[in-house]
Amino acid sequence: MTASIVKFYQTGTHTVGNRLLDPSQRSVQADMRRTNSLNSGHRACQGCGEALGARYAIDAAMMATDNQLIAANATGCLEVFSTPYPETSWQIPWIHSLFGNTAAVATGIAAALRVKGRQDVRVVAQGGDGGTTDIGFGCLSGMFERNDDVLYICYDNEAYMNTGVQRSSATPGAARTATTPAVGTEPGNVFGQGKNLPLIAMAHEIPYVATAIVSELRDLEAKVKRAMEIRGARYIHVFVPCPLGWGTNSWDTIRIARLAKETGIFPVIEAEHGELTGVSKIRRQLPVEDYLKPQKRFAHLFAPVLNTAAIDRIQALADRNIRRFGLIDATTGMGD
Amino acid sequence: MEKPFAITLDVGSSLANKTGSWRTYRPVYVDRLPPCNHACPAGENIQGWLFHAESGDYEQAWRALVQDNPMPAVMGRVCYHPCESSCNRGNLDQSVGINAVERFLGDQAIRLGWSFDPPASDSGKQVLVVGAGPSGLSAAYHLARLGHRVTIHEAGPMAGGMMRFGIPKYRLPRAVLEAEIQRILDLGVTLRLNTKVANIEETMREGQFDAAFLAVGAHIAKRAYIPAGEAAHLLDAMQVLRGMEGEEQPLLGRRVVVYGGGNTALDVARTAKRLGATDSIIVYRRTREKMPAHDFEVEEALQEGILIKWLSTIKNMSDEGTLTVEKMALDEKGFPQPTGEVETLEADSLVLALGQDVDLSLLNDVPGLEIRDGVVQVGENMMTGRPGIFAGGDMVPSERTVTVAIGHGKKAARHIDAWLRGVVHEPAPKHDLATPERLNTWYYDDAPKQVQPTLDLIRRQSTFDEVVGGLDEGNALFEARRCLSCGNCFECDNCYGVCPDNAIVKLGPGLRFAVNYDYCKGCGICNAECPCGAIVMVPEAI
Ligand SMILES: Cc1cc2nc3c(=O)[nH]c(=O)nc-3n(C[C@H](O)[C@H](O)[C@H](O)COP(=O)(O)OP(=O)(O)OC[C@H]3O[C@@H](n4cnc5c(N)ncnc54)[C@H](O)[C@@H]3O)c2cc1C
Ligand SMILES: Cc1ncc(C[n+]2csc(CCOP(=O)(O)OP(=O)(O)O)c2C)c(N)n1
Ligand code: SF4
Ligand code: SF4
Ligand SMILES: [Mg+2]
Repeated sequence: MTASIVKFYQTGTHTVGNRLLDPSQRSVQADMRRTNSLNSGHRACQGCGEALGARYAIDAAMMATDNQLIAANATGCLEVFSTPYPETSWQIPWIHSLFGNTAAVATGIAAALRVKGRQDVRVVAQGGDGGTTDIGFGCLSGMFERNDDVLYICYDNEAYMNTGVQRSSATPGAARTATTPAVGTEPGNVFGQGKNLPLIAMAHEIPYVATAIVSELRDLEAKVKRAMEIRGARYIHVFVPCPLGWGTNSWDTIRIARLAKETGIFPVIEAEHGELTGVSKIRRQLPVEDYLKPQKRFAHLFAPVLNTAAIDRIQALADRNIRRFGLIDATTGMGD
Repeated sequence: MEKPFAITLDVGSSLANKTGSWRTYRPVYVDRLPPCNHACPAGENIQGWLFHAESGDYEQAWRALVQDNPMPAVMGRVCYHPCESSCNRGNLDQSVGINAVERFLGDQAIRLGWSFDPPASDSGKQVLVVGAGPSGLSAAYHLARLGHRVTIHEAGPMAGGMMRFGIPKYRLPRAVLEAEIQRILDLGVTLRLNTKVANIEETMREGQFDAAFLAVGAHIAKRAYIPAGEAAHLLDAMQVLRGMEGEEQPLLGRRVVVYGGGNTALDVARTAKRLGATDSIIVYRRTREKMPAHDFEVEEALQEGILIKWLSTIKNMSDEGTLTVEKMALDEKGFPQPTGEVETLEADSLVLALGQDVDLSLLNDVPGLEIRDGVVQVGENMMTGRPGIFAGGDMVPSERTVTVAIGHGKKAARHIDAWLRGVVHEPAPKHDLATPERLNTWYYDDAPKQVQPTLDLIRRQSTFDEVVGGLDEGNALFEARRCLSCGNCFECDNCYGVCPDNAIVKLGPGLRFAVNYDYCKGCGICNAECPCGAIVMVPEAI
């Protein structure tokens, strides 16, 4: 894990800040002078994980670049809820691309800055999972392959939320969406489809790839900071629960993210030039049911009949993640 | 201004969009009552003083502590710490070592000579305190700080009550006790030693006192009828323990038997061991589980080689010191019943530790008093049936601990103060309890409770040196920081960080946070992720 463990006995490093910590050891979000890149008044749903993840990431990027940052943004919730004409919630230079070309737009901005000799100004591209793994995939792969000097951040809420919760290639097996209804013998999204973009990004052998989660703020910030220390193509994939699309309580957004990590559903990892360099260990392992149950998109797995086969399949995927990335310490059986 | 192609409106900020109107529940910051505070008989704000200790500001912590209890170095040694038994951290790993930190602060204050803030005003009122035990001293302290003129009449030659004539030195070194008593007297409290109050009405009249607080404790040893030969060496626990404070130590011999099952029995048996007894045996008629003594004290006594005969009663004692002991058995209701089976035990002395009664003679002919079960009845305000005379500690219905006595002294002082001013003291309403399910314990890391050092066994069996040592600054700070801050914001910045709408305003160090209701959508993440349960979601009136 990139975030260093601060030996602090009252709360460890798990809180956002703490009055007793040296300011340098607190998170960017604990700082009274944080940018609030995505300001109040935006129209995201109550408890939106994407709004939270975006502010976490962009505030950290602003801090890391001394506020010399431009963002390109794909169509999707993040863009729609932040910029209904003529209002904007963005407190940074920000441009809306199309749904599918934000990697290309960011590449263009980076090229222009190079021509102007403004290498101090850094470029971020951001979009949802649909804009990234589906329609924007070609532009993104090109940006990786050319090693363009852009940090691409994908906010993964596992479906097309802005247009009403349609399936994307990041939607997990069994999840109910508007286009994968919970009917038939194998209700919800089909197992065995979709793609794993962090692994695809690693296969491009770009300088930096990481996954992050809104429940691990310090880790997320450390990864953005690390990405900003590097030139060339970088990719961060942030897991952001969506109360509306997932059917979860607005107050459970961070808890759901935490459960995704503690069950092994979402591995929190880091890689440089295609090699895995770090994983954030599971602290207290939990069964996948704990993650699935609070979400209405998986409700059909529990009622009217318990779908053990599907749950076992999801558990097997989580177990595979744990084995593949070493999410549990072999010696202690525990994480950090 | 000329606008670019296809642009007709000026750029606006989303701040124009007051998303607060979406809200159906609003987060509100609260302070909840931590279970430790709730359990403390002296009413200490434990979480509050630990908060300062966590920052390493020990003087501030001590000052917060002595708002309620003037004797932390004593308390940190003799209190049975019900706070720790109810500490929420006990559900995670182990309870916070509150008592050990309290002792550290008390010792630090003595070492560095911290003194109390002098009274801010002088009311001109005279208050009599009878008895310089913990309850009387506590009342004197609080009354003096409230600006009253306090005189303590104490029957004995030294102040401290049972803290001096009961609790042995190996648990409470006298230098510690004296330092904390002196600090109270330094507030301007007058102490008259060797001044037994024989008639309270008379003493009040003569001294022109406006009010009195009685705290004479319970000093008359209870006797059990045990047929004993003329020459048999039969004593009571009070004689023995009081004797330890005199010039000559009591002579108990090499084989000492103590009869009783309370803390006093243990203190006597352990004292006898230290005075050179080879055999120090406690005889108790019930089982270990039923013993009123605390388990840790039984444990310490056993370590020191004290023997305990459970389920046994003493039938008689011969001139030569032979005790006849009968075995008991518990009946279905858990009461000990005689079995007829007897054995003998040789003893140079037998010490009875069967509890104490209150000497109420000073209250003869006071009208309006109610005495029940040998103790004086008092109201919620600690006042007896005689207006202006208040009472507390062991002489009123209570658990009979130093901590309860100190709590009574504080409570009585507040009511006396109100009574003298002709008003009624209304205690501040209690906050809702910070129950464990209010906490989000994900945010707390495991951290082991710090262990206090103990004296080696040889010295525990032969000297009166203090058995349990204190924490040093390093582990006291560690221990303080184990506190979860139940129900009270400790400025972890979680709410400020986790709000997707930037609707939490950070007010700066020490100032906590506020909600910007213009933008708060009421998602409730702040409440869900607050580690210590300092937020509540309140329905909006829609
Ligand atoms: C051996 C022993 C060990 C104990 N250990 C502990 C312990 O570890 N922890 C704990 O919390 N509690 C302990 N206790 C209980 C605790 O000591 C008492 O509950 C507490 O001291 C009661 O305080 P008090 O102020 O009511 O009375 P006391 O402490 O008894 O003080 C009463 C004072 O009033 C004086 N007095 C009496 N009559 C008069 C009069 N007529 N005029 C003037 N003065 C008078 C007495 O001389 C005495 O100084 C112990 C008790 C004993 C006996
Ligand atoms: C070319 C094109 N096709 C379709 C759309 C409609 N559209 C807008 S946002 C969106 C889905 C966005 O999903 P995702 O990228 O996952 O972002 P989210 O809203 O979930 O954050 C779609 C289909 C569009 N804007 N442009
Ligand atoms: S639909 Fe989901 S991603 Fe979109 S604003 Fe609502 S919570 Fe956020
Ligand atoms: S954790 Fe702290 S505030 Fe909570 S009960 Fe224990 S000592 Fe009191
Ligand atoms: Mg999406």
